[in-house]
Amino acid sequence: MSLLEIENLTVEFQTAQGQFRAVDGVSLSVDQGELMAIVGESGSGKSVSMLALMGLLPWTATITADRLEFDGIDLVRQSARDRRKVIGKDMAMIFQEPMTSLNPCFTVGFQITEALKTHLGGSRATRRARAVELLNLVGLPEPERRLNAFPHQLSGGMNQRVMIAIAIACRPKLLIADEPTTALDVTIQAQILDLLLDLREKEGMALILITHDMGVVAETAERVSVQYAGQKVEEQKVRDLFRDPHHPYTSALLSALPERAQGKKLPTLPGVVPGLFDRPEGCLFAPRCAHAFDLCHKRQAVQAGAEDGFALCHTPLRKGVPTSLEGASLEGQVRS
Amino acid sequence: MNAQTPLLSGNDLTRHYDITGKRFGEKLSVKALQGVSFQLDKGETLAVVGESGCGKSTLARLITMIESPTAGSFRIGETVVDRDTGKPGKELRAAVQIVFQDPYSSLNPRQKVGTILAEPLLINHPEISRADREKKARDMLALVGLRPEHYDRYPHMFSGGQRQRIAVARALMMNPKVLVLDEPVSALDLSVQAQILNLLVDLQDEFGLAYLFISHDLSVVRHMADRVMVMYLGRPVEYGERDEIFNNPKHPYTKALLSATPVADPEHTKQRLKLEGELPSPINPPAGCAFHPRCPVAIDRCAKERPDLEAVAGRDVSCWRAGESV
Repeated sequence: MSLLEIENLTVEFQTAQGQFRAVDGVSLSVDQGELMAIVGESGSGKSVSMLALMGLLPWTATITADRLEFDGIDLVRQSARDRRKVIGKDMAMIFQEPMTSLNPCFTVGFQITEALKTHLGGSRATRRARAVELLNLVGLPEPERRLNAFPHQLSGGMNQRVMIAIAIACRPKLLIADEPTTALDVTIQAQILDLLLDLREKEGMALILITHDMGVVAETAERVSVQYAGQKVEEQKVRDLFRDPHHPYTSALLSALPERAQGKKLPTLPGVVPGLFDRPEGCLFAPRCAHAFDLCHKRQAVQAGAEDGFALCHTPLRKGVPTSLEGASLEGQVRS
Repeated sequence: MNAQTPLLSGNDLTRHYDITGKRFGEKLSVKALQGVSFQLDKGETLAVVGESGCGKSTLARLITMIESPTAGSFRIGETVVDRDTGKPGKELRAAVQIVFQDPYSSLNPRQKVGTILAEPLLINHPEISRADREKKARDMLALVGLRPEHYDRYPHMFSGGQRQRIAVARALMMNPKVLVLDEPVSALDLSVQAQILNLLVDLQDEFGLAYLFISHDLSVVRHMADRVMVMYLGRPVEYGERDEIFNNPKHPYTKALLSATPVADPEHTKQRLKLEGELPSPINPPAGCAFHPRCPVAIDRCAKERPDLEAVAGRDVSCWRAGESV
């Protein structure tokens, strides 16, 4: 049985201009100890879907899901009070900007032991000992001394290590890392990614890595879910995704990478991600898609099977070429 | 201009910032930039790479004459600028323009796009009539791939990529020879990043612009640059042709940077050269080679003497062990 099961998750925000659908029918499952990556540009709903899972969204958000199960617990029906016992303990999250996610008014030691106190209890001394152990684990030099440091006295990379220490304090079964290295330099990024992979191995936890960096995905993930404008458009094993992307968006995104460029000009993706007002009627990607045809502009895309990477597309690509729909069904769908 | 004088060249550029220490009356200085020399010709791109705090942006501030160097000088065409140069003239300032990293904060939210584009002309060439200014601004808008109706809109009505186009357009209003690009695409999404990079390539071809391209993203640098300068703690550690540096890096820091950059290919396997620790403080940089505390191949000599930039295998490297195969 998988550790996390999300089925048809939708998140809508009440805005002054009306309902905005940030996450649109996303399904996801993560096994015990697995490393899943969620990729997408800004506005693709990758962070929002995970925040919804953690119950960290403001009251303006309406969350609906057919199924939201973590470790056998039904999160949809669970009360907020019960959910707080799971969140931060069995399921933890680290955020993009370590500098702003830590509380500047409290020492690092206080913030680590706070998580331990809430979820595990124990005496002050054991909590402190565990905090030192954790800082050691995340590779922060001189942990005893660092416990009394405030976040502003540490660098960005060190703060991210502290964030990770807090997140793994209660030995979670699932760690969600939301762009954990975006604010950091490449050499520090390499250190943090190595640390996360290492911890996953040692603690046997599952890891969901949210990122927009294709390089990070290629080097770390096992399975990749690609999101676009709130929808999941493709899910594949990492090697297959890079070798043969089935959704035109994934394909375009990969060919826009400078390292895949042939010559000085990069192939581009015209336009931008649709917002609140310019959401297309048919497939959300159709206005920017190189392979779009009539049907794409009229009908919402349907999900393909596993052999086509569950691509949300009328004509998923195979080796860069769109599969043709059977003429009959095409005609029928356009007419109806 | 003859072949001997490059469009832009830096000669031992140095910038220190004075700060007060923790103790009363203690004077310290942050050595943000030390001894940077380079050359940039028409139509060329020089990329400056390094981690935060390596002095990339300080270099940009000197070249754009936002600040003056503490020591050393740079030359734009025939004019030399150093610490004794007074306020640089308008022509000189017009020759070097800058595009900032974050298009969300570099455009005035209260000004319409037309006003933003026309302002440099209004200040530097007040003799130009309003109608001419508007025409120039509209032409520039078309040049960077925006539509005429965008002229009367405010920055908040644009996406990140479009805003960066506006920022590029504004920089080009003065017909500069050199464009300093300070992380121009790092705030943008991947699909938009490609659009802006293509725009920059087109503009360079059309006007023969010289780019000083500051970035930490090595895959972008590899795509754009003709020459690369790798910096560490305010000093250049390796400087040479792009292909030399990427295919056969000589300085251990360059090697570490390259191996730390994730490659978007899951079938690519590589030896990770792991770098321990973090960037030391530029107030009190390590003795000898500034990189030696983190260097995997450091020897005793590295802690005592600082290596100068020397030509090794077709590029300049500052490493005692650059000549060896380590």
